[in-house]
Amino acid sequence: MDEPLLRSLTPGVLSVLVRRGADFAAAEDAVQDALVEAVRVWPSDAPRDPKGWLITVAWRRFLDAARADAARRRREDLVDEEPAPGPAPAVDDTLQLYFLCAHPSLTPSSAVALTLRAVGGLTTRQIARAYLVPEATMAQRISRAKRTLSGNGATPARAGAGPGGRFDRPGDVATVLRVLYLVFNEGYSGDVDLAAEAIRLTRQLAALVDHPEVAGLLALMLLHHARRAARTASDGSLVPLAEQDRGQWDTRAIAEGVAILQAALARDRLGEFQAQAAVAALHADAPTAEQTDWVQIAEWYDELAKLTDSPVVRLNRAVAVGEADGPRAGLAALAALDASLPRYTAVAAYLHERDGDPVTAARLYAEAAHQAPDLAERDHLTRQAARLNARGAR
Amino acid sequence: MAKYLLLKHYRGAPAPANDVPMDRWTPEEISAHMRYMHDFADRLEKTGEFVDGQALAPEGAWVRYDGEGRPPVTDGPFAETKDLIAGWMVIDVDTYQRAVELAGELSAAPGAGGKPIHEWLEVRPFLAAPPTITE
Repeated sequence: MDEPLLRSLTPGVLSVLVRRGADFAAAEDAVQDALVEAVRVWPSDAPRDPKGWLITVAWRRFLDAARADAARRRREDLVDEEPAPGPAPAVDDTLQLYFLCAHPSLTPSSAVALTLRAVGGLTTRQIARAYLVPEATMAQRISRAKRTLSGNGATPARAGAGPGGRFDRPGDVATVLRVLYLVFNEGYSGDVDLAAEAIRLTRQLAALVDHPEVAGLLALMLLHHARRAARTASDGSLVPLAEQDRGQWDTRAIAEGVAILQAALARDRLGEFQAQAAVAALHADAPTAEQTDWVQIAEWYDELAKLTDSPVVRLNRAVAVGEADGPRAGLAALAALDASLPRYTAVAAYLHERDGDPVTAARLYAEAAHQAPDLAERDHLTRQAARLNARGAR
Repeated sequence: MAKYLLLKHYRGAPAPANDVPMDRWTPEEISAHMRYMHDFADRLEKTGEFVDGQALAPEGAWVRYDGEGRPPVTDGPFAETKDLIAGWMVIDVDTYQRAVELAGELSAAPGAGGKPIHEWLEVRPFLAAPPTITE
């Protein structure tokens, strides 16, 4: 069974049903039924036009379900008048699914789950495993999301792309991008590689949407992903950027990310994903950690701070300033920020160590480890404290 | 098979014999400790005795219902607690003796100076549903 093929066809089939007027939740159920049927039938009887086959079966399932539902009699009359399903359309309108799944009425976690299922074509079980929750929990999350969309009357007529549609409003592209970025950052647990999945979906989106920020996000993901193998040691511990084996970086992904980013930047419509990708590109470009162009990175963080005014950006900027202009300058930049920010203490520890104060640095590293949000980071910070304490004891 | 909860404490457990805070160990000692814990869990997975395990952040808060239409009362974020759970592991083993044996092994994880920390672990049996067949 060609699972990648099935997964790549799913969003197209789903969007055809939705465009024909099927309610999103019902369409989604019908497509899932059709996929199950495909898994059963295709090994012995492969269709010549897999997508057409799926659309026909899913549409039939949808009609059956609609007919069986007495409360939907009125809709049944409507769908009966629909023309019989023809050949699969040449133009893929997956795009409207992206916008539907990033609907503002959904919580971020629902939007992510629905995107993975409807656009990514993942099964509920795969999504549940990726998020380490029971399958029943994830099934509930997804069906609640679908109910929310139905309750909102979020039909493709309103959600669809095109002139006058939501796509023209940049806020909505931003929502789709944020959902994809969330998927990317969910990381690497479970049997589905969500980072790779996010890249696949963003590639698909970039093919559908000509927008420099979509390109910027794709470049950002590729550049981060390229360094993934070097980021953890064989025992699972974090390897900081400066100590990474740059030979393990994926140079092809880096080259692709840089090329995409340069084309996007040339269009002179800077956004936060492009600026973040620029920082990632400067890191990826440096042959050694010492040769990193920290002055330019600090400048990009200035741009980012203008675009987002996010405290996390200003924290990262303090690190860059500390590298570009020395640890004192970094500490001065840090002093302007709220000390309760996540990772503030870790940054302070790092800058104090570089400033030649291992005692303060060790104390701050231990404190930062206490506040660390995940195990790998906690272990890493504890090790930093231990390294400095062990050195002082000798 | 019966399930047991092995509880590690930040605070509240009797002090371990080898009681040195982790940031006073060497990085190599920390790595050895982590490796021991991973290997332990891996081995129990292979014997079919591992169920689940998670580490917890040290900050907790007490939360309580405060009456109709009112937000819950919280004491925190740094509640004064006698007891703080650092993490837990659930195992599914044949006998209580086996649970105690495994807890003992986990408590022997190496700490400062490469010596076992002799950390006290709390072992709590899960209350199970009555069996369907009783004869």
